[in-house]
Amino acid sequence: MAPTLCNDQDTSQFAATGTLALHPKLERTLSYVDAVREATDQEMQRDPNVILFGLDVDDPKAIQGTTRGLVEKYGAERVFGTPLSEDAMTGVAIGAALAGLRPIHVHIRMDFLMLSMNQLVNVAAKSSYMYGGRVKVPLVVRSMIGKSWGQGAQHSQGLYSFFMHVPGLKVVAPTTPYDAKGCLIAAIRDDNPVMYVEHRILHFQNGPVPEKSYSVNPGKARITCPGEDVTLVGISYMQLECLRAARYLEDAGVSAEVIDPIWLAPLDIDTIADSVRRTGRLCVVDNGWTTCGASAEIITQVMERLQGEREIRVQRLGFAPVTCPTSPPLEAEFYPDARRIAAACNDLVRGKKQGWLPEERPDLKDIEFKGPF
Amino acid sequence: MYEPLYRTLFRIRRVEEEIARIYPSDKLKSPVHLSIGQEAVAAAMCSPLTREDTVFCTYRSHAAYLAKGGDLKQMLAEMYGKATGCTKGKGGGMHLIDPEAGVMGASAVVGTTIANAVGYAYSVKLRRQNTVVMSFFGDGGTEEGVFAESLNFAVLKKLPIIFVCENNGFAIHTHQSKRQGLPDICGRARAAGVTSELITDNDILKMHERATATVDALRSGTAAGPFFFECQTYRWKEHVGPNEDFKLGFRTKNEAQPWIDNDQVKRLAALLSAGKRKKIESQVEAEIQDAVAFADESPFPDLSELTTDVFHTSTTPFAIQRAA
Repeated sequence: MAPTLCNDQDTSQFAATGTLALHPKLERTLSYVDAVREATDQEMQRDPNVILFGLDVDDPKAIQGTTRGLVEKYGAERVFGTPLSEDAMTGVAIGAALAGLRPIHVHIRMDFLMLSMNQLVNVAAKSSYMYGGRVKVPLVVRSMIGKSWGQGAQHSQGLYSFFMHVPGLKVVAPTTPYDAKGCLIAAIRDDNPVMYVEHRILHFQNGPVPEKSYSVNPGKARITCPGEDVTLVGISYMQLECLRAARYLEDAGVSAEVIDPIWLAPLDIDTIADSVRRTGRLCVVDNGWTTCGASAEIITQVMERLQGEREIRVQRLGFAPVTCPTSPPLEAEFYPDARRIAAACNDLVRGKKQGWLPEERPDLKDIEFKGPF
Repeated sequence: MYEPLYRTLFRIRRVEEEIARIYPSDKLKSPVHLSIGQEAVAAAMCSPLTREDTVFCTYRSHAAYLAKGGDLKQMLAEMYGKATGCTKGKGGGMHLIDPEAGVMGASAVVGTTIANAVGYAYSVKLRRQNTVVMSFFGDGGTEEGVFAESLNFAVLKKLPIIFVCENNGFAIHTHQSKRQGLPDICGRARAAGVTSELITDNDILKMHERATATVDALRSGTAAGPFFFECQTYRWKEHVGPNEDFKLGFRTKNEAQPWIDNDQVKRLAALLSAGKRKKIESQVEAEIQDAVAFADESPFPDLSELTTDVFHTSTTPFAIQRAA
């Protein structure tokens, strides 16, 4: 069932770098999928108010396995598939949350959230404030970004910046299995709506995950690879490409400090700005478009903080400003990758275009996703 | 039976007339969507509900808010933009809420709360609570996609909810006949599988009787939800503001006249003895004057309130948001 990975061990090792540094004694390894499933299971066990629903959560494929076994364990009242009604079902989730339940609403693609925008932006985000703090909406909305194998225009979008824009929503995009579990537990326990963004490719990551329950709380970024010459912030899947880029940059004699923001709202600008204060250079690589995106926001906040104190150079990288194509060569050109990230960072550090693009290393290649989805 | 119903109906009418009277003074810092003429729907439909039951409303929700027991002083203070308002001056007149009274909010985006009411009803059913949820919306709301989606899910899960369409014939200034290819709202609800009933003529006694029977059936378990009522009624005033709008030409006073002649406030008043009626009316008048004074004298919110309530920060386990 699991798609073939050409180098899953390598990528999991990269993804786990930060986690292993923090938790050197962790021995149990779990996939991202199983980390999400375990977090959900543990929270449903702990709190009878937690319910789980969305298109296909109870079908045989169980959302890539992230919901497997939960309907059998918790029953069809707490775990259920829904009609194809994203708008109303988001409203249902909010209404259930207003009544004191803690719903997890799952969308197998982030693109489908466009059908839920009224409820998310006009109700979920606003209820606490608009009602003077008299109600809470403890809601988790899980959604997945697709990539490769022809995902194309409407299965590939990383639209989290839409939600970062709106006060009242929290946004998290965990990269490692460790953070996938800890952030989901934090999101479920949060009394506010949380947009929990997964990436389909990250589902195949393996990494250390403690069995006990723990939370990775909002508003704290993680330095996943310490360095000195350039600060490299990678969001969602692009965190992996940034860690690979750091390896390429070693060959060019450049030391990159890689940061995973983990939570995009609230954003830990302190950790990023402190790093840039040391390196003087900031490259933000987004798994989305750059215009009005997370990369624009992060760079602006750092500039506002450091201008007048420190001369800094900045670079945004993200999707090409076009709709995601399906043909493999076009798609490869659409996304930033480790080599091009490394080249951009090298230029930042050297102060001008160097024309350097590292030779592709087999151990730093992207995993190949073989569908069907 | 007539006394509490008359008190509710008369109180809504007089509160709104008072709002219209105060309006030119510019003390009201909120758009005003009066329900004068159509109060009977909320008054009757809410009459069998208790504080433990829950209603979700629209931006034209003074009537449902008051009929369900929402706090009058907090409502007026909210419209004045005061710190003592039901949302501390943050939501205004289009987002009235009183969780303790089971009024769980109102949206300015048409149709939006229908789904929220359904979700609340899902919780009621999951927790085996013997309470009822009521969802108010207008004829315009039934044109939104969320209406069809919500009805489908409510039927699928057999939820303890009563949908109430307050059909006043107009979405702002556009008549139902210009918006609906088949102006049979009950028919659409029935097609989704909801037991549906049309009540014509703004008939408060008929609505009261049918609401009471339906709520009783849901509570006793003799019938499962959902239920749907289309209550035909008429808005006497303009869409937003305190005046009439016949001069705009989209409708005529002649069209309105039969509804005005069929005023349910007068109808109920005639069913009470003069003594009982006068007692109710004087109590209501005194309460309204108190509430207006309260709103007038209350302070505006402190500027520090601008940035509070964006997020809840409590980490304590959270059970139910209002007294059960």
